[in-house]
Amino acid sequence: MSTVTPDIKNLQAADFKSDIHNDWCPGCGDFGVVSAVQMALAKLQVPPHRVAVISGIGCAGKTAHYMNTYSFHTLHGRVMPSVTAMKLANHDLTVIGVGGDGDAYGIGGGHFVAGGRRNLDITYVVMNNDVYALTKGQASPTIAKGQKTKSMSEASIMDAINPILLALACGYTFVARGYALDTKYLSEIIAQAIQHRGSALVDVLQTCPTYNDLHTKGFYAGQIEGQPRLYRLDQTGYDPVVHNPDDAVEIAQKKAQALLKSQEPGGRIPLGVYYKLDVPTYEDHLKAKIPGLQEKPLAELDLYHRDITANLEELK
Amino acid sequence: MGSSFSWMIGGPQGSGLNVSAEIFAKALSRSGYYVFGQIEYHSNIKGKHSAYKLRISDEIVASHREQVHLLSSLDEETLVGDLYHEFPAHRGHVQEVAPGGAILYDVEQKRFAETIQRKDILLWEMPYAELLDRALTEAGKPGQARAYRIMTNTLALGASAGAVEFDFEPVAAAIRDSFGAKAGKVADLNVNAARYAYEYAKEKFAHQLKFSLPQAPQKREQILVKGTQAVGMAKIKAGCGLQTYYPISPATDESVYLEGYQSEQNLVVLQTEDEVSAIDAAVMGAHGGVRASTSTSGPGFALMPEGLGFAAITEAPGPVVMLYQRGGPSTGLPTRQEQGDLLFALHAGQGDIPRIVMAPGDIEECFYDTFDAFNYADRYQLPVIVLVDKHLASCYQTLPPFKTSHLKIDRGMVKPANTNGDYHRYAFTKDGISPRSVPGQAGGVFWSTSDEHDPRGHITEGIGNRLAMMEKRMGKVGLAAHEIPDGKKYRFFGPAAPQKIPVLAVCWGSTKGAMHDALHRADPHHTRYASLHIRMMNPFPVEPVKNILARAERVVCFDGNYSGQLAQVIRADTGISIQHRVVKYDGRPFSEDEIMVALEGAKADAPERLVISQGRVVEAGYGNREFDEMLELRGSNPKMLAPMVPLPPGYNR
Repeated sequence: MSTVTPDIKNLQAADFKSDIHNDWCPGCGDFGVVSAVQMALAKLQVPPHRVAVISGIGCAGKTAHYMNTYSFHTLHGRVMPSVTAMKLANHDLTVIGVGGDGDAYGIGGGHFVAGGRRNLDITYVVMNNDVYALTKGQASPTIAKGQKTKSMSEASIMDAINPILLALACGYTFVARGYALDTKYLSEIIAQAIQHRGSALVDVLQTCPTYNDLHTKGFYAGQIEGQPRLYRLDQTGYDPVVHNPDDAVEIAQKKAQALLKSQEPGGRIPLGVYYKLDVPTYEDHLKAKIPGLQEKPLAELDLYHRDITANLEELK
Repeated sequence: MGSSFSWMIGGPQGSGLNVSAEIFAKALSRSGYYVFGQIEYHSNIKGKHSAYKLRISDEIVASHREQVHLLSSLDEETLVGDLYHEFPAHRGHVQEVAPGGAILYDVEQKRFAETIQRKDILLWEMPYAELLDRALTEAGKPGQARAYRIMTNTLALGASAGAVEFDFEPVAAAIRDSFGAKAGKVADLNVNAARYAYEYAKEKFAHQLKFSLPQAPQKREQILVKGTQAVGMAKIKAGCGLQTYYPISPATDESVYLEGYQSEQNLVVLQTEDEVSAIDAAVMGAHGGVRASTSTSGPGFALMPEGLGFAAITEAPGPVVMLYQRGGPSTGLPTRQEQGDLLFALHAGQGDIPRIVMAPGDIEECFYDTFDAFNYADRYQLPVIVLVDKHLASCYQTLPPFKTSHLKIDRGMVKPANTNGDYHRYAFTKDGISPRSVPGQAGGVFWSTSDEHDPRGHITEGIGNRLAMMEKRMGKVGLAAHEIPDGKKYRFFGPAAPQKIPVLAVCWGSTKGAMHDALHRADPHHTRYASLHIRMMNPFPVEPVKNILARAERVVCFDGNYSGQLAQVIRADTGISIQHRVVKYDGRPFSEDEIMVALEGAKADAPERLVISQGRVVEAGYGNREFDEMLELRGSNPKMLAPMVPLPPGYNR
């Protein structure tokens, strides 16, 4: 998370809202996610001009336009490379990536993996509704084997990606899951993700009222053996935090605990923070190597009066 | 007229022959010689054949010759080719030795040397193991020559310097330098081994060689530099803050060079997971307020058109994309020369993408053009592709140190800091360039999208906006065409207008070096020949090229590719169809000799397309015949084993 420059009034979620017409379908879960991001930024009082929101393509990709921040609506699947470079260019900015499940885990899969390895101080919010909605509801990488939404011509014969497992394997140091229609709790999770120093994934379970007739508001509100399908990990005494980052055993145990939680049998789905590890970020390692970055972000350094005499001297 | 001496060292990859060649080049350069070094190597780490040529001259040289005067052989493959292979790829380098020239070879290669039929060259046998043992004995390691045979490259260097009676001291100094700070005993051992070989060869052979090094010119300040280093230095000087890359031959050397300067120059080099990420990160780095660049080759560039389009539609100030061409298609010839990506660079992407495409023709242009590329990216807010090729990337040349005092950085139209009000990142302006803000800047918040958008950066599919935005973006190329001086778009060496040009040779990229050397030698006053080097492919210098072509009685266009891509570009941009196309697609760069052979072959009644390979114009079916001949050669020669490169334990060079 970046340093807050106190030059702006008491910021409200509305200050992070752009004034353009939102063209998501009525009832779309995306509304909840964009609101949660705006609420989180207001909670953290980050001035809008110190935030870069970078989104992919698809319905989720349009998020960038609805934010009143520096906003980039990039390419399908390329959120992570863009987020990475924005953070490298200016490590004082709060950089948030937003994409859909197809964007992040499908076409952007390779970038998603690399993003975890780097552990830059960024937040990646993935709107996970199991379908490619903007192209009219084809199966996404998170639809389970045997499932068929009304928009699909046949049931999936491939297994689903488990985003929590994937993120743990890739090295994300903050792994969480929210629910789009519980905007208040989602905004708390996103605020924690932004505050976390390191790569944070927030996978957001989300409804697509137009194409996904399986994972509806009713489905998520449902009960399993008298228990609500969705429940909060922080209300069960679950501790996601690695308390001693130098302890490889504790890291392994906390990861193992998270991966078990992400595959809970019976169909109940935990929400909240699954795993959190505080270790030096990519920027920390760069700062150790590149002295100028200890003073200022790259974009603010004067790189335009460099002397190459020594380079030429080496070739004599 | 100057004279030059060509030397070649051949051997298995991993034997350190490139180290020897570069040490020799450095020693020669420091002694005042002009040197041009050209390396041919396989996509392989250890064992396959590699050959390094040095052309040593008393005047500036920018190309290699077909023939060598002295060949230093580290293995039998250098003598007879890769006959261990089912389909041999080459027949060794004996045929490249000039009549009266010589071959230095190790006594271990004796039975292969005995098969050499040529009577017009000298065969000089070197007892490398014995000489090495002498040096090892002095170092307290007697009888270990076998374990230290990796040092043969140093002995071969010493022997070569001795045979041509070059001073030993500069060689010794350059050997020491190659070991850097850790010099010490290992460096001493290498210098001593080289000295024994030097003395042996000098005493036994020097007086026999028909050719000699030219008189060393006056010593002057000069650098020995290769293309990737020139590009790297230009990026540092230009203020590049973010370099992204995914490892690929022959581009990687540039990024590795830059990695070495991260701390000193506050430069971030990001190794990405693929080239898609490399370009996208470079685009966002440019949006983020730093000068950003990426470097790749054809197969990597094939993953980049998506990002190129994104840079173009979001009017990012960059990135600068270095495209080091190599043999295609697909993975093709990963370490060999080709100029096959010209049309690809010009057209890659979704829809009409405004771009600048530059094509430096020599190492100096690599430096100055790369510097300019960042100014163009900022000034016109578009991606800039700099086309280089494997030959330019990896060849070494002695040059005066680059001058930098006149270089000026232009960051283009920037929104003044801390001004508030309704800011439109994509505002329509008279020249199509909208002042840009940088994320983090108060009052500069903007939206940016890969979709078509309005002046604020929000998506719209309106017709009027679409027309205006397309014209805004594409119009910037026209502005660049108007603003960038002709001298940066092409170079012409020939008589001033309106004088007629009997034969005009047109070329691009690294062919410039060979062209320049060839015409300088054959026709220094341009009475018969003139040459035109295209340095900027987009915006193309249409009018000047038309005017020059109109003065030519015959035009010959040189392309390092199969289809004559430059000739196609010229036809597309000027409407002029070129009479003679000279093409070369054998994975090797044009030599000086090949330029003359082609120009002489391109007579009025010659076929429209001439194919050049191995120093000559080749007729249809040449490749198949060469292939078959090599199979025969394989049957008639002594059995040989695939080369091995032993690395003794504890030896870490």
